[in-house]
Amino acid sequence: MNFQAMKAIYLTEMARTRRTVMQSVISPVISTVLYFVVFGAAIGSRITEVDGVSYGAFIVPGLIMMSLMIQSLSNASFGIYFPQFTGTIFEILSAPVSFFEVTLAYVGAAATKAILVGLIILTTASFFVPLQIQHPVWMMAFFVLTSVAFALIGFIIGIWADNFEKLQFVPLLVVTPLAFLGGSFYSIAMLPEFWQKVTLFNPVLYLISGFRWSFYGQSDVSLWLSLLVTMLFLCGALSVIYWIFKTGYRLKP
Amino acid sequence: MAPILTIRDLVKTYEGGFQALKSVSLDINEGEVFALLGPNGAGKTTLISTICGLVRATSGTIRVGGHDAQRDYRAARKMIGLVPQEMPTAPFELVEDTVAFSRGLFGLKPDRELVERILKDLSLWEKRKGPIMALSGGMKRRLLVAKALAHEPKILFLDEPTAGVDVELRRDMWRLVGALKTRGVTIILTTHYIEEAEEMADRVGVINKGEIILVEEKAELMRKLGKKLLTLSLGEPLDRVPDALVHHDLILSEDGTSLTYTYDTQAERTGITALMSDLAKAGIRFHDLQTDQSSLEDIFVDLVKRG
Repeated sequence: MNFQAMKAIYLTEMARTRRTVMQSVISPVISTVLYFVVFGAAIGSRITEVDGVSYGAFIVPGLIMMSLMIQSLSNASFGIYFPQFTGTIFEILSAPVSFFEVTLAYVGAAATKAILVGLIILTTASFFVPLQIQHPVWMMAFFVLTSVAFALIGFIIGIWADNFEKLQFVPLLVVTPLAFLGGSFYSIAMLPEFWQKVTLFNPVLYLISGFRWSFYGQSDVSLWLSLLVTMLFLCGALSVIYWIFKTGYRLKP
Repeated sequence: MAPILTIRDLVKTYEGGFQALKSVSLDINEGEVFALLGPNGAGKTTLISTICGLVRATSGTIRVGGHDAQRDYRAARKMIGLVPQEMPTAPFELVEDTVAFSRGLFGLKPDRELVERILKDLSLWEKRKGPIMALSGGMKRRLLVAKALAHEPKILFLDEPTAGVDVELRRDMWRLVGALKTRGVTIILTTHYIEEAEEMADRVGVINKGEIILVEEKAELMRKLGKKLLTLSLGEPLDRVPDALVHHDLILSEDGTSLTYTYDTQAERTGITALMSDLAKAGIRFHDLQTDQSSLEDIFVDLVKRG
C-alpha cells in the first residue's frame, strides 16, 4: 500500500475544504439549519407532534441525512472531476498508486467532510430543538455508512461527468427530490395509502427511516431493511467502481 | 550501456480503431538524452503516455529498469518523472504544496530540503507561498518540471518542453537538461523543433504514423545523411550559370551574386576540385566561399516525406 500517496491526496482534498470553508462547510450548515428553524416553526405550529416527537425534532434526522448524502456525493464527485477538468489527473495516473488507493483517499476525504458538516448540523440542532439520541452507536453507523456509500457514488459521478451540468445533475435532480419525498419532513403513515406504497420504492426512505430510528426509536420501515438498503448502496457503488477499475473507463484510454 | 527502458512490439489501438502505435520497439540507454522527433499526430505523446501508464497498451511489453510496467507498475513508475505537453495545474493550490504533493504521490516521505533545492534550482523559491494561478506561463512549465523531479526519478520524460516558449526559457530548459544529464538522469524528450534535438540529444529517434522509422546517434545521423552546401560569393554578378558549368548542378542566387553547390561528404568524390578548375577555366572569380552542413531539420523533413 502506498500510504504516503493516500495521505497526500487526502490532505490535498482537506486543504481544498479549508480554502473553501464558506462554500463547503458553512453554507450547507446554514441552509440545513434554516430548514429546521423555519419548517419547525411554521409547520410545527400546526403539527405539534409526530409519533410523540415534537415536529422540529422529528425533521432533524431526515435533514441531516439529506445533507450527508448531498455533501458526500458533491465532495467526492467534484474532488475527482476537477483534476480531470484541469488535467492534473495525469499525475495520479502516472504515480505508483493503485486505483483502490486513489478511491479510498478521495472517498475518505469526501466522507470526512460530510461527517464533519453532519456533526456541526447535529450540534447546532441541539440548541433549537429537544433532540434525543437513543441508539448512538447505530446513529454513527448510519452516519458513516451513508457518507461512505454516497461518497463512492459521487466518485463514480465525478469520473462519468464530462461537464459541470452532469456533475450537478444527480445531487440536485435525483438526491434532493428523493430526500424530500422520502420522509424527511413527514412520517409516511401521514400519507394516503397509495402514496405510502409508492414511497416504499424510494430507496432514500430506508436511509432516513433507519437514521431516525437511532434517534427516537421509531421508524417507517424495519431497522434491518434500512441497514440492508444502506449496504446495497455501498455494494452497488463498489461494484461499479470495480468495473471502472477493470476497464479504465474514462480515465485510461 | 544496458538499456534502462526497453519497449517491445508496443501496439496501441484506440477505441475508435485508430492505430496510434504500430509495433514500436525501442531501447533507451541509461544516462542518455534521447530526442523523439515526429510531426504532429505521429504518436509521440501516445508512446510516452503508454510508458507512463496514462494509456493502456493494446499489446507489447515495456520494461523500466527491468520492471514490467504493467505487472510491476509501482517499481516501474517510481523511476519515471513526466512533464506533460499541456500545462495542467490546479490553480488554487500553493506552489510548495503541489511539489510536496507530487513527492507524496510517489510514496516518499516529505523532504523539505529537497523541495527547497528543486524550487531554488528552477527559480521558483520566491513564489512558493503563492497559488499556482499567480505564476506566468514560463513559471508554470518550470513548476511542472519541479513536480516531476520531486521524487528524484531516474528517467525524465519531457513532452514538448519548449513548445510555445520564449527564447530565454528555451535556453533555460536546455541548461536544465544538461544539468540533469550530468547527474545521471536519463532524459527522453519529444519535440518538433529540430534545433532542440540538435542541441541536446545524444541519440535521435524519428516516429511517423505510429512507427519508429529511424534511431541513430545524432552525430552519426548527421554525418550519414548530411549534405554540405558550398556557397561562392562572386566578384561580378552573373545573369545565368555559364554552359561550361551546367553539369555541376549549380544554383545561381536571384541577384546573380552567389553560386551554391551541393555535395555529399560521404561520396567518393565530392567534385569540389573539378568545380574549382572549371570555375578558373571559365574565368569566374569569387571573393569568398562558405560551407554549410544540412541541419537535422532537412534530414528529418526528408525522412518523413519518404516515409
